Amino acid sequence: MSETAFQIFVNALLANNFVLAMFLGLCPFLGVSGRLDTAFPMGLATTFVMLVASLCAFGLNLLLGHLHLEFLRLISYIVIIASAVQLVEMVMKKYSPVLFRALGIYLPLITTNCAVLGVALFQTAREYDFVQAMTFSFGGGAGFTLALVLMASVRERLQLSNVPDVVQGTALSLMLAGILSLSFMGFAGLGG
Amino acid sequence: MSTEIPVSVSKTTPTVAMVRTLGLVSAVCGLIIVGAYQSTFDAVADNKRIALERAVFKVIPAAKSIVEFLVLPGGAIEKKVGASDTAVGALKFYAAYDDTGKLAGIAAEGSAKGYADSVRLLYGYSPDCQCIVGVGVVSMRETPGIGDKILVDKAYLKNFVALDVKLNAELSALANEVKTVKHGTKTNPWQIDAIAGATITSRAVGRAINDSAQALLPKLVPGLDKIRSKP
Amino acid sequence: MTTAVQARNFDEFMEGIWRQNPVFIMVLGMCPTLAVTVSAVNALSMGVATSFVLICSCALVSLMRNVTPKEVRIAVYIVIIATFVTVVDYAIQAISLALYDALGAFIQLIVVNCIILGRAEAHAAKNPPITSMINAAGMGIGFTIGLLSLGVVREILGAGTLFGVSLFGANFQPWVIMVLPPGGFFVLGSWLLLFSWWARRKEVAKNV
Repeated sequence: MSETAFQIFVNALLANNFVLAMFLGLCPFLGVSGRLDTAFPMGLATTFVMLVASLCAFGLNLLLGHLHLEFLRLISYIVIIASAVQLVEMVMKKYSPVLFRALGIYLPLITTNCAVLGVALFQTAREYDFVQAMTFSFGGGAGFTLALVLMASVRERLQLSNVPDVVQGTALSLMLAGILSLSFMGFAGLGG
Repeated sequence: MSTEIPVSVSKTTPTVAMVRTLGLVSAVCGLIIVGAYQSTFDAVADNKRIALERAVFKVIPAAKSIVEFLVLPGGAIEKKVGASDTAVGALKFYAAYDDTGKLAGIAAEGSAKGYADSVRLLYGYSPDCQCIVGVGVVSMRETPGIGDKILVDKAYLKNFVALDVKLNAELSALANEVKTVKHGTKTNPWQIDAIAGATITSRAVGRAINDSAQALLPKLVPGLDKIRSKP
Repeated sequence: MTTAVQARNFDEFMEGIWRQNPVFIMVLGMCPTLAVTVSAVNALSMGVATSFVLICSCALVSLMRNVTPKEVRIAVYIVIIATFVTVVDYAIQAISLALYDALGAFIQLIVVNCIILGRAEAHAAKNPPITSMINAAGMGIGFTIGLLSLGVVREILGAGTLFGVSLFGANFQPWVIMVLPPGGFFVLGSWLLLFSWWARRKEVAKNV
């Protein structure tokens, strides 16, 4: 049965949050979540790229299905995502230097973010139509941003508190992520 | 680390070299992919067929072989050929035959939103009693130990020994909607007794069966005689 | 001479297993690490699949290192990696559909595993095929060990089984949270904690 756009959005945003429930995009989640003022632009840039990637993947999937070349799906997705990111970067640089300065440094990193490829693969596997696919990628991107911002806020607070030396670093971030993930489990069943 | 690649000595590479390398890589990779696809094609198709047969035989125990059919939006039933793309609005179902080639039952897929994600399941329909005779889960991500009780809970599985899905007199919809009721309050054969503590997942199963049966059975039952014996 | 080469090869091999372990030391490729390690079998298969892609890609990247202009190298690496991931994807479907369903989209997501691109760029592009394959094999095994140490802990605690064999009998109440997403974070966090505690102890012992 087809899910409504609202259900898809809520699920991608909260119940099946990309980072905390599906483990997509963990590298930037652990790497860029140190400060709030970098975490938020990173989230925005990723959301934007996810929308573009989802759009490209949707068109590409139609084309491949038409030509019966499904076995080239993965390789063409990754190539088109990488090219799209480059293209977006160039266009942004030319027409909106302000935006480029804010997001530009994050764009190359995003190519190898599994959340972006994940969005393309999941929308194909679930056979979403156009509106569903766009909602899914927007919800996923918003969820990614939300997780990143929450994590960054917590970590900024932790800078001020007294943490045993042994726990410092990645171990602490992972434990925090675990607790966040635990609280996000409470959202399960929300989009029912 | 990107600056210390000792590969290209000159500062700019001619375009021809770039295009040549990319073309070479694409050709090699294309060959590898096509080779892998061709050599695994049969094994993958076999595996998929075996998995499907196992799933269908589980919900229709008398079955020995299966045939895939499509119900077109107009109501015509036709055998599905190959793996070609299905027409828009067509419903897929599997007719299962016993060893004498007689129709043993129909299996179809349904899905509904469960607690964590979609619950996809396969149910077996018996034309003789006009009821559901078995349910198997295709995929789900329900909470282990709570939602996945729908696979093992004996009392719950008893719901699907003979779940009534009779059509109404005009054959336009189910006579009684399949409904999931609170644990211990089942009174009619078309109701599903939920598992206490896993109500949402139980309800998803009921909804998946109801939605799929409401769409499929009114179209399937009038044409049932055509598929009584194995084509 | 031969012993020197052997020692160097051994060193290349051990780098990934211990000194630069991709999971515990470099903390790379986290997505599959946490997502598929709900059971030991899944963890092992994911590790083997990733190792295969890693070794083949590094071999091909290294073979082509002299004809790859640096402007297009990333594109070349990505295409090569995606090719071998597609191969693995079909191979797993041919071997076992149940395994394929359990690993889900994470087989295809091997493409964006930073370990592979990182190895291709940092090692295979500068070294001859044999050396880089040995290094890749070490990395692959190190990654597999990392995955296994998570998968084993999560399966024992979360389901009371190991490789599908029940360990504690019927009375065991599984610690379900361990096979759910938060458990992945907690178990990996605990492993890292253990390692950093151990490293610190060694340091303190040395100073005394």
